[in-house]
Amino acid sequence: MKSLAAKPTLTPVLTPTQLIWLMASLGLALATHVLNLPIWVTIASAFFGAWRFAAIKNPRLMPNRWLLVLLSVLMGLGLLLTTGQFGRDASLSLLVLMTALKLLETKKLRDYMLTLMLGYFLVGNLFLFNQSMATFGLSIPPLILLTATLINISLKTPQSFVFIAKLAAKLLLQSVPVMLILFVLFPRIPGPLWGIPQDAFSGMTGLGDSLQFGNISQLTQNSSIAFRVQFQGTTPANKQLYWRGPVLWHQDGRQWLSPSQNIGLAPETLTTQGAPIRYTITLEPHNRLWLLMLDMPSIIPPEAKLSHDYSVLASAPVRTRIRYSGESFTTYKLGETLNERERILSLQITEGENPRTIQLGQSLQHLSPQEKINAALTMFRQQPFIYTLKPPIAGENPVDDFLFNTKKGFCEHYAASFVYLMRAAGLPARIVTGYQGGELNPNGNYLIVRQSDAHAWAEVWLQGEGWVRVDPTAAVSPERVEQGIGDALRDSDALPLMSRHDFPLLKKALLNWDSINNGWNQWVLGYDDKKQLEFLSKLSGKNLKESDLVFWMMGAIVLVMLATSYFLFKQSKPKLNAAQQLYTQYLRKLKPLNLVPNSNEGAHDFALRVTAQLPQQEHAIMAIAEHFNALQYSQNTNNGALEALTKLIKNFNPK
Amino acid sequence: MASLAILNRSYWQQWFRVAKTSQNIATLNPRQIYIVPTRWGVLYAVMLILLLVGSINYSLSLGYYVTFLLASLGNMAMLQTWRNLVHLKIAVLHAKPVFAGDTAQVLTHISDSKSRARYAIAAQLEENMAVAYDIASDATQAVILPLNTLQRGWLALPRLTLYTEFPLSLFHAWAYVDSPLQVLVYPKPSDNPTAPPQSADVLNSGNSQIHRGDDDFDGHKTYQVGDAPSRIDWKASSRGIGLYSKQYSGNAAASLWIDWAFTNSLAFEARISQMTKWVLDAQAAQQTYGLILPNLTLTPNNSEAHYHQALTALALLQP
Repeated sequence: MKSLAAKPTLTPVLTPTQLIWLMASLGLALATHVLNLPIWVTIASAFFGAWRFAAIKNPRLMPNRWLLVLLSVLMGLGLLLTTGQFGRDASLSLLVLMTALKLLETKKLRDYMLTLMLGYFLVGNLFLFNQSMATFGLSIPPLILLTATLINISLKTPQSFVFIAKLAAKLLLQSVPVMLILFVLFPRIPGPLWGIPQDAFSGMTGLGDSLQFGNISQLTQNSSIAFRVQFQGTTPANKQLYWRGPVLWHQDGRQWLSPSQNIGLAPETLTTQGAPIRYTITLEPHNRLWLLMLDMPSIIPPEAKLSHDYSVLASAPVRTRIRYSGESFTTYKLGETLNERERILSLQITEGENPRTIQLGQSLQHLSPQEKINAALTMFRQQPFIYTLKPPIAGENPVDDFLFNTKKGFCEHYAASFVYLMRAAGLPARIVTGYQGGELNPNGNYLIVRQSDAHAWAEVWLQGEGWVRVDPTAAVSPERVEQGIGDALRDSDALPLMSRHDFPLLKKALLNWDSINNGWNQWVLGYDDKKQLEFLSKLSGKNLKESDLVFWMMGAIVLVMLATSYFLFKQSKPKLNAAQQLYTQYLRKLKPLNLVPNSNEGAHDFALRVTAQLPQQEHAIMAIAEHFNALQYSQNTNNGALEALTKLIKNFNPK
Repeated sequence: MASLAILNRSYWQQWFRVAKTSQNIATLNPRQIYIVPTRWGVLYAVMLILLLVGSINYSLSLGYYVTFLLASLGNMAMLQTWRNLVHLKIAVLHAKPVFAGDTAQVLTHISDSKSRARYAIAAQLEENMAVAYDIASDATQAVILPLNTLQRGWLALPRLTLYTEFPLSLFHAWAYVDSPLQVLVYPKPSDNPTAPPQSADVLNSGNSQIHRGDDDFDGHKTYQVGDAPSRIDWKASSRGIGLYSKQYSGNAAASLWIDWAFTNSLAFEARISQMTKWVLDAQAAQQTYGLILPNLTLTPNNSEAHYHQALTALALLQP
């Protein structure tokens, strides 16, 4: 007796067409990644694809197991040699190479499906690198093609490309409503779940935690956006817009450092005057702790910490775009008393460096604090100091070099030299880094602060007044603080386009684009656990919990699925042709007379019945039936018949 | 062993709802459709979980978008797969008798009445080969289901499974149809070339009716199982309207008796098998033959009806 254990089904043998579908969709998924891959990985993957393609015609070209192992080892070695660490970039390369090698051994349906799923996964990985609107658009064609490939493999009879692609697009489109529900209502879990590779944030720029001559001017050449601010009420004047970042106390040779947070200083006291300024900031990820806030923050985001010197710090490095609200006062008194430890720290300078500056400082020691400040600022104002993005490289004693030789520098040169001089003169001083100014986007009514607005200024401690802001750059280039960097550096072509004033129309277009991008960032990319609860609570007018979200999500999905099913299962009405439409009009005219054709009654029989009731219109009635039948059933009818029928039915009046 | 009973196919098969044919037509109503993910569907789900975990870990809003779009696509695939199968009408029509060991061809009509085209609808009679067809909207598709036969006699049609994985192969939807149709399976002819003992029937030789013979070409008839291949008129058959055998007329010299008693030395099934072979041979030779079985006797003849009558009698003979 024959064994019946195996259940015979349709044997899945891969056809060349099916393989070509797979290659095309994987090729497209790979193409979207080209910019994220080392060039050799792209070339190798394309080569493996071409190899598999050649093997369709000539199956002997299929590599054997040993060759595949060898290739895998080679690719692994290549990755080891070309990528420094195993992070995001290396794992993408690995995934791409694995997919391409998998394609090379695809003989069975199982391999085929696995490769296809890897293709979908590859598309999902696209957003590790970029989440712009363009990348979003870029993800759609490969998704359609991959789905079309899945349809093609499910079909048992060949269908045209257009049919399959259309069906794939239709299925994806039908999936959008549930996708939107999930996107809005699926409880967002704050990440990360495990350690994130270091290079995942390699592209992020922002203020560092130290200051060296040259590093802010370098940042200034970057036009990317640091953060956006929406003010409640009027936007303060540009000269009040000092966005406070890290405060640097410790001078060490060329470097100024922010002392570690565990230094244990007591928080400085803050007394404020006037009306608070309320605002919401959307901060671009910069992989550091700073949450930039306007000088001086009085209410900080709930999850943030305030350092003793009024920098606002997040609990973890900012690696996703975040949005926070706060309140600041521009009129304030900070740290009215200075304890001994603070005094020592704010007078610290390394010994044996910058002798000329120290000498100058000592010569100012007999003056009152205000006079010391004025003396320094007067020096900046009266001597030929130049504010430039391209300062000469500083020598052995950088402060001496800048103050007495080159006299060319950017804000960090002025701030650092000023603080150094004040400390030498016995006045407690420190550097504050952050951003200054910003650009008002007229479309969105918000302020854009770019990396090019990065700035450094000084704070000196005065008896009875506390820490007072002094911006030595303003002494040299008042426009920098009054109008912004674009006005301060008219000649400088090193500034990025968006900070310059040469192309107003282009700039306007770019600002429009930025307000669209801002919406995208706020509502699509910035939609995280907090924003979700905030938005949905506002929408429902109730305080929602995550468990409520699950409940609403399920309910909404069921409703959408019911609606979708209704449309999917609704039987479409047969489409009427032109003659049938006309005939329907004619029947409508007869309906009031209770003349309705029976289900098995042809036009001619019906006409005979109508004529019996309306004998005086016999001619028209019979002509209508004749024309209608001719149009419906005759092979060769001319347009004249349709026109005649139109006219007859239009003129027909059953009374 | 009750615990092993659940491993048995027939044990759990009884719990499924099955569409019954009424006047030969079954409609797959929603309650009769079952659906489970295929292994590709499981693979797809694993891929989605990986995407979701990645999106959470890296806080990728657009990662969530891809994950949710594909999850929703999977959901849509389930609905569409179900929709592809539901409300189909199946008419199980008939199957011509075959010899045991041969594959019977069961003619069925699968039709859509919901104005939507169906794709990749597969049909399978339990352990037999599956066949797949597309069904145009509001159309009827003739589907021939192969059915392997083993034993002579009446073969009740095994449960018919209709299934589909269209459009994305992520879900497998199926429905069962039971039909009262039975297929007559003729006995498997023996391989033994021995001819029956010649006992020319003198009694019947007087019947001067014209028998189909070998002498003169007399026209065509539709090919019947059992016609000798040499009789097939390939030229006529190549027109694509079916197979034709040439018919010749001639005077049979005498009638052949195929007698149950001739096969005394054989076992019961072997006797039937041997007699089947003789019937086939006699029919192929256009001989007039009679059949003597323990329960009935067929007078010599060589018509088509006689031939099938003889084979039916052999198929249904009980020991």
